[in-house]
Amino acid sequence: MSLTDLTIAQARDGLRAKEFSAVDLTMAHLHAIEALNPRLNAFITVSHAQAVDRARIADAALAAGEQRALTGIPLAIKDLFCTEGVRTTAGSKILGPFVPPYESTVTANLLRDGAVFLGKANLDEFAMGSSNMTSAYGPVENPWKRKQDGTAVLVPGGSSGGSAAAVAARLAMGATGTDTGGSIRQPASFCGLVGVKPTYGRCSRWGVVAFASSLDHPGPFARTVRDSAILLGSMAGHDPKDSTSANVAVPDFEAACARGVKGLRIGVPKEYRSDGMPAEIDALWQQGLDWLRQAGAEIVDVSLPHTKHGLATYYIVAPAEASSNLARYDGVRFGARDGGEDLRDLYERTRAEGFGPEVRRRILIGTYVLSAGYYDAYYLKAQKIRALILKDFTDAFAGVDALLTPTAPSAAFAQGENMDDPIKMYLNDLFTVPANLAGVPAASVPVGLDANGLPLGLQVIGKRFDEETVFAVSAALEQAAGFSALPAIRAGG
Amino acid sequence: MSLDHATIRRIASLARIRVEEHEVDNLCQELNGILGWIEQLNEVDVSGVEPLTGAANMAMAMRDDVVTDGFYPEKILTNAPERIGDFFAVPKVVE
Repeated sequence: MSLTDLTIAQARDGLRAKEFSAVDLTMAHLHAIEALNPRLNAFITVSHAQAVDRARIADAALAAGEQRALTGIPLAIKDLFCTEGVRTTAGSKILGPFVPPYESTVTANLLRDGAVFLGKANLDEFAMGSSNMTSAYGPVENPWKRKQDGTAVLVPGGSSGGSAAAVAARLAMGATGTDTGGSIRQPASFCGLVGVKPTYGRCSRWGVVAFASSLDHPGPFARTVRDSAILLGSMAGHDPKDSTSANVAVPDFEAACARGVKGLRIGVPKEYRSDGMPAEIDALWQQGLDWLRQAGAEIVDVSLPHTKHGLATYYIVAPAEASSNLARYDGVRFGARDGGEDLRDLYERTRAEGFGPEVRRRILIGTYVLSAGYYDAYYLKAQKIRALILKDFTDAFAGVDALLTPTAPSAAFAQGENMDDPIKMYLNDLFTVPANLAGVPAASVPVGLDANGLPLGLQVIGKRFDEETVFAVSAALEQAAGFSALPAIRAGG
Repeated sequence: MSLDHATIRRIASLARIRVEEHEVDNLCQELNGILGWIEQLNEVDVSGVEPLTGAANMAMAMRDDVVTDGFYPEKILTNAPERIGDFFAVPKVVE
């Protein structure tokens, strides 16, 4: 077995047993990146020298008998997390020259636990997109191919498309992502990975380039549920520098994976069953429910009446917050600068030149819905519907322990598809957005393939701060599904 | 509520994004498409509902009002597109 095929849990055991060194493990991944990244474009920046340095430090620690949760484990970091001394672009031209003089809390936590960062993963510009097509650094290729049409270049999903492609193609053992409306779970589903959006407040947002602050959730990608639990355990924790970070203890997520689902009540929200849903996704959903039933869970019908309004609500709240957050890119303190006849000209040209079309669209929508005369009709109304969506979840969770739904309404699509109308692209997040609006934890687990041989995921949604049940249900699905298919493009493949 | 060209120009000005004349028509169509789709929310009855500002009704954490960080102008200025001494530099502003 090649080093790049190991899970994080296996690599941890191998490092402890001195079967290979942290430098061996990191070099294997750097070679894989060298071979495949020119094609996949999963990384915007590869931090070769820093990675080797960190791996040497990991080997020294291992030699001294000091192994932490992620000592020597090579990871990809979404290029939305500020990394000290390593360029952080947010997928935007406007941050092209930006080298943060500080480290985000989540990545600092990973470094504390011994992780090795291979580089910065590609993403939709400012995490706005569902296909990675809006990145100023070019699109990412999904390592999976359609069985019947090997020439079609598929998208990895988005916005964390580079993170997902890197982990799927074995260029990294795990990755960080952020999920504002589905940006971890949808690419996880498209690339056959486990992706976890924890509870709002579980992972600090400090040092993560802000998109929509009340909806942004950092979280992990991995190839197994257990690996994702190991990563989240390291990323999570209270941070006084983020006023919305929750001061609650971080449980042993890895242990929760082995709990099983016996006696759990799993809700099936009837509003997620839409007429347009492809039959194979519906069939897989039923299969997932059967697996959980066979593992001892009780399946219960529930209702989330405001589900269908989640997406439109999101497309008021998220652009509103984005228009405010992105006001900071003015060409004065950091980032790119253009123009300069006078100060106003400098602002307007810097922002016209620096932002791509989707980001500009959302800033303008956000500015409009917050502007005098329209605030009540749009923004305030959206906040009220958001309250109703949260109440939907609170009511449903009074009777069940977790919910099971499909993650995305389709498998991965080809580059260029769904690009003619912004709303078509937005519909990708139909099933994932409600959990962001309510702040509840949710994971996507790969459970099967469609007729084209492309991966499909199911989504497990849990109660606030009950990621443990999400991991328990996800692990049970993983075990029953026995998902072992591999992408066409991968290291050693 | 449909946006006209003048509103597009006003929003772009508020957002400090330069929009060229030839882009206005296309932007107008795109934004009206999105706002038209959002109109579906009109069918939701929100009377008596309190707005939710965050992901949950969480209480803001309080902290002591003291300086906890800072005093490294070099680090802060390291990404400045233009600086003069310990200051960010911008085109001359005459009020």
